[in-house]
Amino acid sequence: MNKILFSAVSKKFVMALAGLFLLIFLPVHLGINLMLLRGDPEPFNNAAHFMATFPLVKVVEILLFLAIIVHIAYGLLLQVQNWMSRPVGYSVRNKSETSAFSRFMIWTGGSVLIFLVIHFFNFYFIKLGIVEGDPENFYSVAYQLFNIPGYVILYWVCFLVLGFHLYHALQSAFQTLGLSNEFWTPLIKVISLLYAIAIPVGFAIIPLVIWLIK
Amino acid sequence: MVTLNSKIPEGPLEEKWTKYKANARRVNPANKKKLDIIVVGTGISGAPAASALGELGYNVKVFCYQDTPRRAHSVAAQGGINAAKNYKNDGDSVYQLFYDIIKGGDFRAREANVYRIAEVSNQIIDHFTAIGVPFAREYGGTLTTRSFGGVQVSRTFYSRGQTGQQVLLGAYSSLSRQVKEGTVTMYPRRDMLDLVVVDGKARGIIARNLVTGAIERHSAHAVVLATGGYGTIYYLSTLAVNSNASAAWKAYKKGALFANPSFVQIHPSSVPQMNEFQSKLTLMSESLRNDGRVWVPKNKGDKRPANEIPEEDRDYYLERRYPAFGNLVPRDVASRAAKERCDAGYGVGPTGLAVNLDFRDAIKKQGKKAIEAKYGNLFEMYKDITGIDSYEEPMRIYPAGHYTMGGLWVDYELMTTIPGLFAIGEANFSDHGANRLGASSLMQGAGDGYFILPYTITNFLAPEIRTPRIKTDLPEFDEAEKNAVENINRLMSVGGTETASSFHKRLGKIMWDHCGMSRNEQGLLEARRMIRELREEFWKELKVPGKTDEVNQELEKAIRMADFLELGELMVLDALNRKESCGAHFREESQTPDGEAQRIDEQYAYVAAWEYNGENEPVLNREPLNFEFVELKQRSYK
Amino acid sequence: MQNMKLKLKIWKQRDASSRGRFVTYDLDGVSPEMSFVEMLAYLNEKLVLKGDEPVTFEHDCHEGICGSCGMYINGYPHGPVKGLTTCLLSMRYFKDGETIVIEPWRAKSFPVIKDLMVDRSAFDKIQQAGGFISVAVGAAPEANTIPVRKHSSDLAFDASVCIGCGACVAACKNASAMLFVSAKVSQYALLPQGRPEAKERVRDMIAEMDKQGFGSCSNTGACEAQCPKQIKLFNIARLNREYIKAL
Repeated sequence: MNKILFSAVSKKFVMALAGLFLLIFLPVHLGINLMLLRGDPEPFNNAAHFMATFPLVKVVEILLFLAIIVHIAYGLLLQVQNWMSRPVGYSVRNKSETSAFSRFMIWTGGSVLIFLVIHFFNFYFIKLGIVEGDPENFYSVAYQLFNIPGYVILYWVCFLVLGFHLYHALQSAFQTLGLSNEFWTPLIKVISLLYAIAIPVGFAIIPLVIWLIK
Repeated sequence: MVTLNSKIPEGPLEEKWTKYKANARRVNPANKKKLDIIVVGTGISGAPAASALGELGYNVKVFCYQDTPRRAHSVAAQGGINAAKNYKNDGDSVYQLFYDIIKGGDFRAREANVYRIAEVSNQIIDHFTAIGVPFAREYGGTLTTRSFGGVQVSRTFYSRGQTGQQVLLGAYSSLSRQVKEGTVTMYPRRDMLDLVVVDGKARGIIARNLVTGAIERHSAHAVVLATGGYGTIYYLSTLAVNSNASAAWKAYKKGALFANPSFVQIHPSSVPQMNEFQSKLTLMSESLRNDGRVWVPKNKGDKRPANEIPEEDRDYYLERRYPAFGNLVPRDVASRAAKERCDAGYGVGPTGLAVNLDFRDAIKKQGKKAIEAKYGNLFEMYKDITGIDSYEEPMRIYPAGHYTMGGLWVDYELMTTIPGLFAIGEANFSDHGANRLGASSLMQGAGDGYFILPYTITNFLAPEIRTPRIKTDLPEFDEAEKNAVENINRLMSVGGTETASSFHKRLGKIMWDHCGMSRNEQGLLEARRMIRELREEFWKELKVPGKTDEVNQELEKAIRMADFLELGELMVLDALNRKESCGAHFREESQTPDGEAQRIDEQYAYVAAWEYNGENEPVLNREPLNFEFVELKQRSYK
Repeated sequence: MQNMKLKLKIWKQRDASSRGRFVTYDLDGVSPEMSFVEMLAYLNEKLVLKGDEPVTFEHDCHEGICGSCGMYINGYPHGPVKGLTTCLLSMRYFKDGETIVIEPWRAKSFPVIKDLMVDRSAFDKIQQAGGFISVAVGAAPEANTIPVRKHSSDLAFDASVCIGCGACVAACKNASAMLFVSAKVSQYALLPQGRPEAKERVRDMIAEMDKQGFGSCSNTGACEAQCPKQIKLFNIARLNREYIKAL
């Protein structure tokens, strides 16, 4: 039984499921963020408050953290296995044709993780009381951050990288879960592309619009 | 001289095998575990034999020179596998299949053996289907067949142009299952260097580990050779470049008789030789002749591109000479006809040693899609090799050495003249007479391995149940190992200036020119002299680099080459002895007025089984062929 | 006939425990009609006559079906042309004066035996773990007893053409054997004959694949791109599906 639960294929399933769960969370987060553009702190802060206090959301939040941890932990475990499976590399770089960005998932994933940590320091840890700030007014926290040009550039770069990660992630999850075939896969690839563009662009335009309005 | 007892059971043809099985001795399951069997070779006879014997409970040890059993050259068989299922309702039957093989072999095979292989043919298809071989199917979900050269029914089961691969991988999967079960132990990357005979019985082999160079001793109660044919003696052939005759040759030198060594099938359709460095001719399946039309220009030296030669200037010589069978005449007939046209100066291509195989009319009639579905992979392969697109212009083909009907002499039980030594598949001589019909080799190999040997081997093994495991420290093992090591040392120490491959090329040319598609007395005598000279030169001029205790591919080639140089002479001797033409063996002195093979039944209706006689000329033993059930006729495909 | 001159940079390694290195050979007189392995045989002929050590590499059928040959040529398993094994790779795809770097398959599960020859017995082990249908000789029903949908049979065939050469492992950045395993699992999963032991098969083969030290699948598709038999990535999806069903 252990062999089945901890085989490489099982690890990939768990990673894919966790990843898909995170993919559902992203549009929700984006939807709330877009309230920043309403020009009024009230709706955004209300939404943030709701997310921080509603019991069901609390449960989902635990699941979310679990998904993040599992996704990362399994990703690392598999990566180590993968590195170990070729102790001596090639001297000529492998030129085999591959799916875009699929070779760099560990690096794009790692970059997203770094952003996540920064993001936690900026918001989530305020909520937990680890970092100083007003958890009831994330609206102004966000506006302050978006006023720092360096932060915005980092923010954009991270979402670009997230886009790379998402593009392969979505179609790959379907493949891992055994859901791709000659008929659906072309469609899944298009959806992956649209998703990988829509989400990062959605996040990225927020500081841009704020700047333009100003 | 030895007394040849073919052990053919008495009785009517269709009851012989049933009767034999009913009377065969049995080995109790508990005793089977105590009996060791060595199987050398993992092709379409060796892998089935090893897995079937493993399933029965014997302790089986399997050897192959490749890194894994799945690479045996049966994997390259393209066209299909015959069976008398009569799924097409075209009047096929076991008897019809039997008759076609006997006739195709030009009445030089044993009736009882041939009938038996036809009998088990249906079981082979059942078994392969059950173990997951994806044979081609109809839309209704049933199996489909196609027709093949030399017959007028459609009985060939196939998996696109890769039937050999599919059935071999099927057999390999069963073998893998037995390895897991623990009944079979695999010894890959081993070359068999010698057979060990103890008290007159085959009791083991000496093998060289091709990775470490170690010389190993392996013992068993019986040894099965499934080592294939020796067509690579021509250097350029359709066989894998490492295929070799050494195992069978060593058995011959230990006392097994070698039957009909000169019966070699030259396949009519291979990709012609393109350069002098080529080491292999690639086969283009005979099934192509179902839809392709063979032709050469009507005018000598017509150098126009094929597509520019109008209909009236084309000579569809097979359709012209053989209206009844047309392009589907047997292989020997098609090969000789191609050679005849090329020798007469009508050949095409840069060398003039090729004929056209044209799909223009078939594509016009059935559409490109239909042709692609049937032969897509073959067209692709042809394009990969030549750069020519056969959908647009004709393929060029030429005959190439392909299959050896000759092989170790075996009786009805597939046992050689050495008790306990069995030979199955292409390694034996038994079923194809002087010419093999297409899609019969997979059938014979798998039939021998799955359904015949497991029954017949018990007659030998039943009295052996009290024989304890054979020890490998017997003096016979010492002796065989010593000889093998000495042979290797001798090869290493020649210290000349020519590689084994170079000698192989030279021997191949001698064999092809004088003991190939057509033979005559003068040429054969000349060939014998040339082979002897070449052999002398080999032992003076050979160069083998490297050491013996490591991977040394040049040494492997040299060991095999030394045997080819001896076998070549035996082939020539056999061809000299048989002054008739039959099947693939075409003696120019014996032909009909219109140039077809002329048998001389009164003098040559026998199997020529050669016995090793040291430095002296081999001794000819004759096994008369008695045809009780069919009437000997001059073969006609007109 | 055209003559080509090549610079060959070939990996030479005495045995599994020795350190290897690249050796450069200048080779003149190569014909564009040669296949890649014929070119190497030609090199070896010259080396032997010169008294040098020839290059050890595997090749047998020369028609792309036995799976013996396989080397990593200029960054591509089996070379830069799609759908070809090394033995069918014609030299006309290379340019006169070109430098060609030839390396063995690189994977922990495929240790180098000598030069370009590697040990691929890990594939046999995977096959032995479950790559079969357990029907004993003599036990098979009449072949047409179980009708098989033509479409399924064709898909099974497409998967079954795998030649076990290991190019998928060589191409994969993770040295994963998923394409190889999926081809075998798919063949049997698609046929009704293979269903009875489908669960055990996929579990056992995956377990053995891990045990042999292959990497996991990142769905990069390099295997599919380099497979000389063009086995599809969808087979891996099917393998995953079968595995979920077997949980």
